Amino acid sequence: MKRAMTCIACPQGCLLELEADGSRLISVSGNKCKRGAAYARQEIEAPMRTFTTSVLTRGLELKMLPVRSSKPIPKEKLFEAMDAVKRITVTSPVKAGTVVAPDLLGLGADLVACRGLDKL
Amino acid sequence: MAAALAARAAGVKDVLLLERDQHLGGILNQCIHPGFGLHQFKAELTGPEYADRFVRLVKEDHAIEVSLRSFAVKLTGDKELSYLRPGALEEVKARSVILATGCRERTREMIHIPGSRPAGVYPAGLAQKMVNMEGWIPGREAVIVGSGDIGLIMARRMALEGVSVKAVIEIQKVSRGLVRNVVQCLEDFGIPLYLQHRVSMIHGRGRVEKVDVVRVDDELKDIPGSGFELACDTVLVSVGLIPENELLEMAGAEIDRRTNTPVAAGVNLTSIPGVFACGNACKVYDLVDWVTRDSELAGKMAAEYLGGPLS
Repeated sequence: MKRAMTCIACPQGCLLELEADGSRLISVSGNKCKRGAAYARQEIEAPMRTFTTSVLTRGLELKMLPVRSSKPIPKEKLFEAMDAVKRITVTSPVKAGTVVAPDLLGLGADLVACRGLDKL
Repeated sequence: MAAALAARAAGVKDVLLLERDQHLGGILNQCIHPGFGLHQFKAELTGPEYADRFVRLVKEDHAIEVSLRSFAVKLTGDKELSYLRPGALEEVKARSVILATGCRERTREMIHIPGSRPAGVYPAGLAQKMVNMEGWIPGREAVIVGSGDIGLIMARRMALEGVSVKAVIEIQKVSRGLVRNVVQCLEDFGIPLYLQHRVSMIHGRGRVEKVDVVRVDDELKDIPGSGFELACDTVLVSVGLIPENELLEMAGAEIDRRTNTPVAAGVNLTSIPGVFACGNACKVYDLVDWVTRDSELAGKMAAEYLGGPLS
């Protein structure tokens, strides 16, 4: 089956033409770099997205701490991840990169702080 | 921060960095989504992470004096700058000034959407700050006016927070945002994008209740009979940014009335020698990476104006 897809690996947004058999990529064209081909393969096999949100804090200098997954997680798990992080409140100072919650949903990605926050 | 660091690297001995917020980083602090730094750092960072890389460098350099919660209120053509900080009005005379004052958002009033004046209509960037930094969700059912990047990013953000995002309405034929944002913010979440449509009326007493949407032709005129309604309690307006150049204007520099940017021969320049404007105050950028690149140049330009690199 042939289909078109816009690469989201970088802001260039190349229009990819690809041929796939179910979840198996056969060919891809239109990508200006090799990341486009990798993106197309991943998107056909199992779409992944970096997960970012903010979590509540208590006693720290900002009300919310921005957090991210340490690596992309399956796209269909984004809402489950949101539900999981809504239960988190950060009460100790963090640095950028501090793990806020290890192994999010058992997906092998940690939830990490995107900035440092000190005590209020 | 990029301009301050570049000015230091080019030999400027004494830099004062004024920030009105209580943290450095500006708008990046509320841009918690990934996509920053692919060019500058060859890594995909979130806004706070991107800012953090510069905050660390600024804090290490003791010749950069950082003054937080400091609001510049006056600039003269002789580069005398007045600013308010908690408990004091400070006055400094600089030999060179770099304005990195960014933009304001265009508002509902500026695009003339008729209707009542209910609560629930927000500029998209303000809603972004509410959701990402204050933990407030502005509503339950949202319609987004304008498909600029901030509107697209907020469509995804609100959807992730459990808000039903009914549609993004764009009057032009193509989205104003990056294609990747249309894909990863709208298509991923099944949010419809209505191109060549406009919101013709906002209804509601007290709170937004619904909006009228109508299709427009190539001359942006309404097509009769094409109208429909969308029930919602929230409207986010993402219809562009206006460079913030009041200080520059106060100093007597020439400003282009149409774009609110400095009239000058090139990037970062203003009509006053030694006064520079960089980042979104100079022109509205798509990517922070290019803001950094050009702001570093602004720092170098200021250093050259002050007498060239020290040997």
